[in-house]
Amino acid sequence: MTQPLTLFDKIWAQHEILKAENGLSLIWVDRHYVHEGSFQGFDKVDARAERVARPDLTFGIADHYVPTSRGRVFNDPSLKKMVSQLVDNTKKHGVMLMGLDDPRQGIVHVVGPEQGLTIPGLVIVCGDSHTATHGALGSIAIGIGASEVSHVLLTQTFWQKKPKRTRVTVDGKCGPGIGAKDIALSIIARIGTNGAQGHAVEYAGAAIRALTMEGRLTLCNLAIESGARTGMVAPDETTFAYVRGRPFAPTGAEFDRAVEVWRALPSDPDAEFDTEVSLDASAIAPVVTWGTSPEDTLPIDAAVPDPAQVADPARAQQMQGALDYMGLKPSQKLTDIRVDRVFIGSCTNARIEDLRAAAAVLAGRTAKVPGLVSAGSTQVKVQAEQEGLDKIFTAAGLTWGESGCSMCIGINGDIVAPGERCASTTNRNFRGRQGPGARTHLMSPAMVAAAAVTGHLADVRPMLAGRA
Amino acid sequence: MQPFKQLSGAAVALRRDNVDTDQVIPARFLKISRAEGLGDKLFHDLRFDGNGKLRPDFPLNDPARQDAGILIGRRNFGVGSSREAAVYALVDHGFRCVVATSFGDIFAGNAVNNGLVAAIVNAEDIEKLLSAVEQTGRAEVDLEAQTIKSGNYVVSFTIDPARKTRLLNGWDELDLTAQHKGEIAAFATQDRTARPWAVPRT
Repeated sequence: MTQPLTLFDKIWAQHEILKAENGLSLIWVDRHYVHEGSFQGFDKVDARAERVARPDLTFGIADHYVPTSRGRVFNDPSLKKMVSQLVDNTKKHGVMLMGLDDPRQGIVHVVGPEQGLTIPGLVIVCGDSHTATHGALGSIAIGIGASEVSHVLLTQTFWQKKPKRTRVTVDGKCGPGIGAKDIALSIIARIGTNGAQGHAVEYAGAAIRALTMEGRLTLCNLAIESGARTGMVAPDETTFAYVRGRPFAPTGAEFDRAVEVWRALPSDPDAEFDTEVSLDASAIAPVVTWGTSPEDTLPIDAAVPDPAQVADPARAQQMQGALDYMGLKPSQKLTDIRVDRVFIGSCTNARIEDLRAAAAVLAGRTAKVPGLVSAGSTQVKVQAEQEGLDKIFTAAGLTWGESGCSMCIGINGDIVAPGERCASTTNRNFRGRQGPGARTHLMSPAMVAAAAVTGHLADVRPMLAGRA
Repeated sequence: MQPFKQLSGAAVALRRDNVDTDQVIPARFLKISRAEGLGDKLFHDLRFDGNGKLRPDFPLNDPARQDAGILIGRRNFGVGSSREAAVYALVDHGFRCVVATSFGDIFAGNAVNNGLVAAIVNAEDIEKLLSAVEQTGRAEVDLEAQTIKSGNYVVSFTIDPARKTRLLNGWDELDLTAQHKGEIAAFATQDRTARPWAVPRT
């Protein structure tokens, strides 16, 4: 009998070139995605006057600094320079670029799976913390810093200490109007933003298996917000059906051969995990964040917590700081919090299913506040337009933008004004994340749509009555 | 990379949990290249108010601690984005050591790649260390012994042994990898045969 292995262990073993005496492993990289922010990594390559080792496994995508306005007009030359720098760096090193005018352009974590570049059984890296997204297809996907970006560019490898393994099992069935974002935020609320630090997380259980690929991508996207090195879902029929026929994915006999390999990847029944966490899907409510960390998550029918009720003085002080920044009062009902704008977008929640969920709430209704909808990729945007979703958003009074990271990180010019409150489908409610002084409440696309229609944080469930 | 053995000097206490990398350096400054330097953007929106005025209550704004090399944080320092600029900003400002009860994984990796010590101290010790540093304004770090001292107070810290060795010697990761060129090439060749499907179709 061989030792039972986890999904993570199996892929790790296939990519471990060597394990050094110091305990670090040198890991082979199958895909390296680069974006405008990767320039620091290219600068280091140039400083050594060397070349990118494997341009055929490196893919450039313009997302962080691209304008979402019609015609992609740059209002600031420094933003244009960030995009042209990526053009120059990829051209110089013979790396394929899905740039501003490319019909395949979009957010790297949407485009990778969409184009079939991200498939099961790989090791994938990118100089972006939300890289764990790609683990949804059953790969090890890890966000890295600029020094590591240059290391991968130069060697197609990186050094890693093997993380411990955590399994998060979500059994049962989610209620109507509750989805992957609610599951992911509920996990973070349970274990904290450092709950999975140093761990690779595998999401398992009936509620995870029932998720579509879009839902799994949302779930794994938020793995980093629980501190995890990576998040993964074992590949299954949902995965294979998603991958089949995508532009860069294997075809024909090669695809069949790959599926055979992928079928052997799921964790063995007796595989041991260092940590086990379990949640009951039927107990998960639509959630929103109230504070300045994704762990500050509560069900929509709850109230803002009161620091005076918290025993730990450090925690109470932290909580008071968050309330002051967010402009909230203790014990205020969450549904009484008025919002100034909404944002539907980002690598977390801007895939076609997300846009459909928001549109299902907005159809025939009017938003009380302004808002921007930015599709996760140009392909998603085209598909949404074919389905008429753009008309629903614009009829409700929202702006239909081009694809990019946009108001999630606010470095392309799309920002939430100081003191303004935004209901957002993004991944981080950090202070100033959506712009200096911006106040962010994280939630699902359906919940953002509910906030848009009512003008305050709201439970989407009653608004779905009689709708598909 | 400059080796790190010991450091004695001004220290700053930052009594906050979850100091995310957006706080360490706001995203709008990520366009700045390393050559330009990022030290003056460190903790920008915590150090300055909306009108660009220094906030007197922010610990780093204490005139006596402008040349601090040691930063004491609390729980979960450097959580969030992968931006190595967060480490550049700390290093460019003069910091060589950050102490916390836990660190964001990517931040801790970026730190070692830039010669910045990310030292882990338990929750009880960190509160005492914060108080000691607030009083004395100074600290001493000994990486070999894995201790931090402030006034009469001494605490032990933990750090991954592989990272400790790199920091003590100032080793660059790429130089270490260069020793394994042959193994990487051999792996690539056998892997191409073993997993032909893993190469993207062109």
